Amino acid sequence: METIIFYVFAATSVIGSLVLVSHKNPVASALSLVLTLFSTAVLFILLLAHFIALIQVLVYAGAIMVLFLFTVMFLNLRDESLRFDAVKVPVKLGILSLLLLISGYFTFIGFKKIPPLNTMVISHPEPFGTVEGVGEVLFSDYLLPFELTSVLIVVAILGVVVIAKRRFD
Amino acid sequence: MTVTIEHYLVLSAILFIIGAYGVIVRKNLIIVLMSLELMLNASNLAFVAFSNVLGDLTGHIFVIMSITVAAAEVAVGLAFVVTIYTHHETLNIDVLRMLKG
Repeated sequence: METIIFYVFAATSVIGSLVLVSHKNPVASALSLVLTLFSTAVLFILLLAHFIALIQVLVYAGAIMVLFLFTVMFLNLRDESLRFDAVKVPVKLGILSLLLLISGYFTFIGFKKIPPLNTMVISHPEPFGTVEGVGEVLFSDYLLPFELTSVLIVVAILGVVVIAKRRFD
Repeated sequence: MTVTIEHYLVLSAILFIIGAYGVIVRKNLIIVLMSLELMLNASNLAFVAFSNVLGDLTGHIFVIMSITVAAAEVAVGLAFVVTIYTHHETLNIDVLRMLKG
């Protein structure tokens, strides 16, 4: 059962990402990115990362994608974006195969370097990956990084306001 | 036939490759940003897979931090996109070469 779920959602995530990089319309790209992120959230649940899956759907598929779609529709890119993107097909295939080759090499090296651990995906006891388990670790061992994250977000908000308000001449 | 961590790592590598391909090949600035998100998402998947196998929640914490940084990055990046578009009337990254020396 879990195997079937894994393969179905792995396939949908790969299909969604392929549509993302190949479709001409930015709105379709954004929606296929939503598909990919949802499929990844399902895979997170299979890996017992319930809280991460929740965050993924809320923040990634919710907030970030709404921001993307809002920008695409705000700028009204549709007719203009169809004109560029004229890289030739052999060049595209060459870049893709080169990247696949490099990543295949490093994956091979990595699999040789991994110490022999139990590689099965296991089911841990209950607090693993739930809000309780993650929160306990987050607010005890990793409290300082968590607080620094809030500083990062404040800086990002200020930066966005300054960048978006100023007129560069 | 059960699902092992290798399956998740290979899927993560595939998603990362597709994202890197999008960053290199596409000319639309917004789609480049989306492909960057895809790459970050693929690395998150690898983190969570290793976290499951090792029985350690540190990977989950790292993914939370990564998602936060991705959100901040998208906000700043899209602010730049809006500013660039109002100023230059295009998002073609071959045209935008003010920083070229």
